[in-house]
Amino acid sequence: MKDQVVSNLAWRHRKAAAFRYFCIGVTMFAVAILVVLIYQVTSLGMPWLDMQFLESFPSRFPEKAGIKSALVGTLWLISLTALISIPVGVLAAVYLEEYAPPNRLTEFINLNIANLAGVPSIVYGILGLAIFVRFFALERSVISGALTMSLLILPVIIISSREAIKAVPGSLRQAAFAVGATRWQVVRSHVLPAALPGVITGVILAISRAIGETAPLIMIGALTYVAFVPEGPMDEFTALPIQIFNWTSRPQEEFHELASAGIIVLLAVLLAMNAIAVYIRYRGSKKSS
Amino acid sequence: MMQPAKPRYLENSLQVAFFMCAAISTVTTVAVISVLAFETYGFLQQVPITEFLFGTEWTPLLHPKSYGLLPLLAGTMLIVVGASLVAVPVGLSCAIFLSEYASERTRDILKPVLEILAGIPTVVYGFFALTFVTPLLKTVLPQTQVFNAASGAIVVGIMVLPMVASLCDDALRAVPQSLREGAYSLGATSFEVTTRVVVPAGLSGIFAAFVLAISRAIGETMAVTLAAGATPNLTINPLEGIQTMTAYIVQVSLGDTPAGTLTYQTLFAVASVLFLITLSLNIIANRVMKRFQEVYE
Repeated sequence: MKDQVVSNLAWRHRKAAAFRYFCIGVTMFAVAILVVLIYQVTSLGMPWLDMQFLESFPSRFPEKAGIKSALVGTLWLISLTALISIPVGVLAAVYLEEYAPPNRLTEFINLNIANLAGVPSIVYGILGLAIFVRFFALERSVISGALTMSLLILPVIIISSREAIKAVPGSLRQAAFAVGATRWQVVRSHVLPAALPGVITGVILAISRAIGETAPLIMIGALTYVAFVPEGPMDEFTALPIQIFNWTSRPQEEFHELASAGIIVLLAVLLAMNAIAVYIRYRGSKKSS
Repeated sequence: MMQPAKPRYLENSLQVAFFMCAAISTVTTVAVISVLAFETYGFLQQVPITEFLFGTEWTPLLHPKSYGLLPLLAGTMLIVVGASLVAVPVGLSCAIFLSEYASERTRDILKPVLEILAGIPTVVYGFFALTFVTPLLKTVLPQTQVFNAASGAIVVGIMVLPMVASLCDDALRAVPQSLREGAYSLGATSFEVTTRVVVPAGLSGIFAAFVLAISRAIGETMAVTLAAGATPNLTINPLEGIQTMTAYIVQVSLGDTPAGTLTYQTLFAVASVLFLITLSLNIIANRVMKRFQEVYE
């Protein structure tokens, strides 16, 4: 009887140890996938990455092709998107955290934002196509793309900015109110400065999402072959992910290598932005604790 | 002497302006729904809804034209099932490791890794599917077609994995420590504590994570467009080429489709179905998640 209990116990402990190793193994496997993925998508393009690649327009001939129009297009698109979405998103968050009365309308807006965050990006593309491209007749311009992108990342900016504003201690507000500050003065001089690291982190992550988005831009008709640089918000454009998509969907091996070179540029930009966001959050958490 | 309060024009107008910013979200929702409803209504004037929902042929760009959604739905489901088979077990195991076994230091390293994985654009996953996963599948199973559902499903699974892992991790960490300690004090092993106490207690959160993952997989576009192909195909064979709802929308948008034509309207009809499915899944997930947050807070 006692032997049985002991052997059973030993078996249970072996099972526990095996399960632990299983979980460790699976996690290591997931990390390994990331390593393989990064290696695979960047190794092909390394030899193609030079100044000529950055300074040339796309071409039928792989050796002459480059991403100049895509880079400038992405820069235009993201600058306009940032100009539109950051003020609107942050101020919406300010309203919902600092001003909104706890009523049904506020609740409805909250519900809306939560649900919008889960709408597939291609549906935003459809919306952009119907509203900005056709209805407002902005055509396949940078501004159509930027407006569509702004709608797409607004929920992300609002949700993360609200988290940051919520984390500002109430005592700070009460102290300011107590010496006679108005609500706007409290927000401008106390709440926003205190929430800034969190807000910036959220904004950077939202913008980096916009940089990588492809589907909505295809929907609104960003072109896949553009041999000029947009010079104003009403110009046609292409963007880096669109160029990568175009090259990837071609059968020739050389174009896959070009796509990989484009991916290196894209990932480098995104990694740099992520690193900045993580750094700001890290510094913010140091200061507050 | 008290002065009468001056009306605060700046304060009031700012409040109105901020409200407008917040209201844009509602305007967006209304715009999405009305645009989709308007064009879908026009579509259903010409194609009977029974053909659209139950027809087994989807050939709007060929002759004879036919508008049965089932092949696109089946293609999407194939991707969802395959992606779940990858993301759910792996994601949950990672979450168990992160919340039950990993030290703080390991967490500090692994969490950013997950975030990087989550931040990689979907077009990059598409490239990975075409240049790595498909050739790999072909060496193992030579009958694999160049464009196939399996490759798309695998990369979509990898894509939603970080989300599943981090949401499940949140759910498991929300389980109070006292439950674990209670079980350990009765002599349970770490395996028994995890599988019989912690996971059941966090089940609603885990369930919400799975539902959100499915919703993401349904709406995923670029990876499946690149990897799974553009042939509407009513099949359950993952080694064949298929087309998802999202991939069809991309295919039509890449061409030049004039507004008002029936082909243009199919975009909106397909997008409506996509929107309705993902919206219901998201609402379910949010409800479930709210409930589990209430239990332990």
